[in-house]
Order: sequence, then C-alpha cells, then structure tokens
Amino acid sequence: MKARVHVMLKNGVLDPQGEAVRHALGALGFEGVNGVRQGKVIELDLDDGATEADVTAMCEKLLANTVIESYSVEMS
Amino acid sequence: MRAAVVVFPGSNCDRDLAVAFKAAGAEVEMVWHKDSALPQGIDIVGIPGGFSYGDYLRCGAIAAQSPIVKSVREHADRGGYVMGICNGFQVLTETGMLPGALLRNAGLKYICKTVGLKVETSNSDFTNGYNAGDVIDIPIAHHDGNYFADSETIARLQGEDRVAFTYTDNPNGAIADIAGILSDNRRVLGMMPHPERAADAGHGGTDGQALFRALAGALTTA
Repeated sequence: MKARVHVMLKNGVLDPQGEAVRHALGALGFEGVNGVRQGKVIELDLDDGATEADVTAMCEKLLANTVIESYSVEMS
Repeated sequence: MRAAVVVFPGSNCDRDLAVAFKAAGAEVEMVWHKDSALPQGIDIVGIPGGFSYGDYLRCGAIAAQSPIVKSVREHADRGGYVMGICNGFQVLTETGMLPGALLRNAGLKYICKTVGLKVETSNSDFTNGYNAGDVIDIPIAHHDGNYFADSETIARLQGEDRVAFTYTDNPNGAIADIAGILSDNRRVLGMMPHPERAADAGHGGTDGQALFRALAGALTTA
C-alpha cells in the first residue's frame, strides 16, 4: 500500500521560496496570484497492513519538523 | 580539555574546528557518524558545519537521527558541553536539544561573508571571554540560517539570557536578529556564524579565538 505525505510550512512561517514564485508569476503576466506556499510531497511504499498511525509517527519523528512544518497523510 | 568533533558525510568544517580546538590547547578526537559511542572522557563535542547527508529532507534532519547523535544527546543530558556551528546548529535544533529551527534565508541566497555579531551575554563558558555588548567580526556561510521560533520561545530565550549572539546587520531574516543560542543549562551552544574561521591570524581575523580559549579555560580546570 502507499501513503502520500504533504509537508507545508506552517501558516505564519515566512516562505521566501513561495514569495519568489509569486513574484515570478506576476512578472510573467499571471495576475491575481495573491499568495504562493511551497511544500513537499513524500510518497511511501509500505507493507500491507501499515496504518495511518504508523505514517503519522514517521512524520512526527522525521518527515516533518513540527516546529516549522505541518503535514497531512493520505493512505491509498 | 578533551574535544570530540563529529564527522558526517558532507561535513566540511570538521578539520577547521579541530584545528581551532587544538590551538586553544585541546586534545581532539574525530568521531565518525556511525560510531555509537563517544570516546571516554570527552568534555565537549563539536558538531561542525557543512552539508551533512547533502541536506536531504531538511538541513540536519538525517544527521539528527544518526547513531553518534544519540550519544551526543546523552552526553548533553549528563551535563556535557556541546557546540554546534552552522550545520551543527541545524542538527541541534533538529534533535530538539536546542529550540527553534533554521529556515531558508529570507533573501533566498547563500551568503558567505564576514558579519558583525553582538555578544549578548558573557554568562556562559563559551562567551565569558567577551564582554556583553562587544561586537566581533565572524564569517557566516549558509543558505538556511534564518532562525525561527514561536514568540513564546523567543521571549523565554531572551528572558533567560540564552541568546548568545545577535547580528548587528541581520543578513538572513533571523527572528530577533538571533545568530546563536544557549541551552537552559548554558552548556549547549548553537550558532550559525563560524568562530573557527576567525581563530588564526591567517584567517584575516581572530575574533573567534576568545570563544575557544574561554572553553579551554573552563574545561581544563573542571
């Protein structure tokens, strides 16, 4: 089974890369982009029977730094 | 003073740090990241700058899970001294041994230059060779040195006199200009600037020497 983890900087933590992307979109003529936040997606290929709780533990211990990042888990 | 310097794949300031410790009179042992124990009788562990594990996932995140860092944490829990410089500071925040995190520089650029640092406290064995308020010139070289912590943590660090150094002209967006912080027992220091790169006349500056000499003074008599 697979899990997909989305890791994003928390709201309130400045995302200078997202800001740079927003400026670049504006420079290309894309109007109306009010904010860009950039994160990452981590795909895990897991043994059958793995639970969302297992993946959450992985996020807490390693995949996300919860001081600055939030995460969400999708199991499929 | 007996010092251990941890070497990760991708460390590149490990030998500079060892030279600075030796110049202050320390015996130095290099310790590989896969070692599970520190040598006996180590007073201070140095976690050097560089790009441990290629900065994969997050700067310092993989190093923080390495076998040797478990021993470093136990050393700190026993009241041992630890100094993390640059990537070493990132490793210490990733382990939770120091609060906060280091974000990408606000200007997005890698910055390599000498900056002014204000010594915020002389009340630690790292900083008592300076006077509080001194301004020293120390090089920085980082892409992710933008210190972040929530406002409660910042207030606690400031209230407990645990901000060791601030930038006189903030180069990276760090909150409250913070360049280096101390643990609550004042024996773990994390800082983005590189005192080991200002520790010999050949470096073009020697403002970092006082840090290593202060440590040697404190740990020789211990």
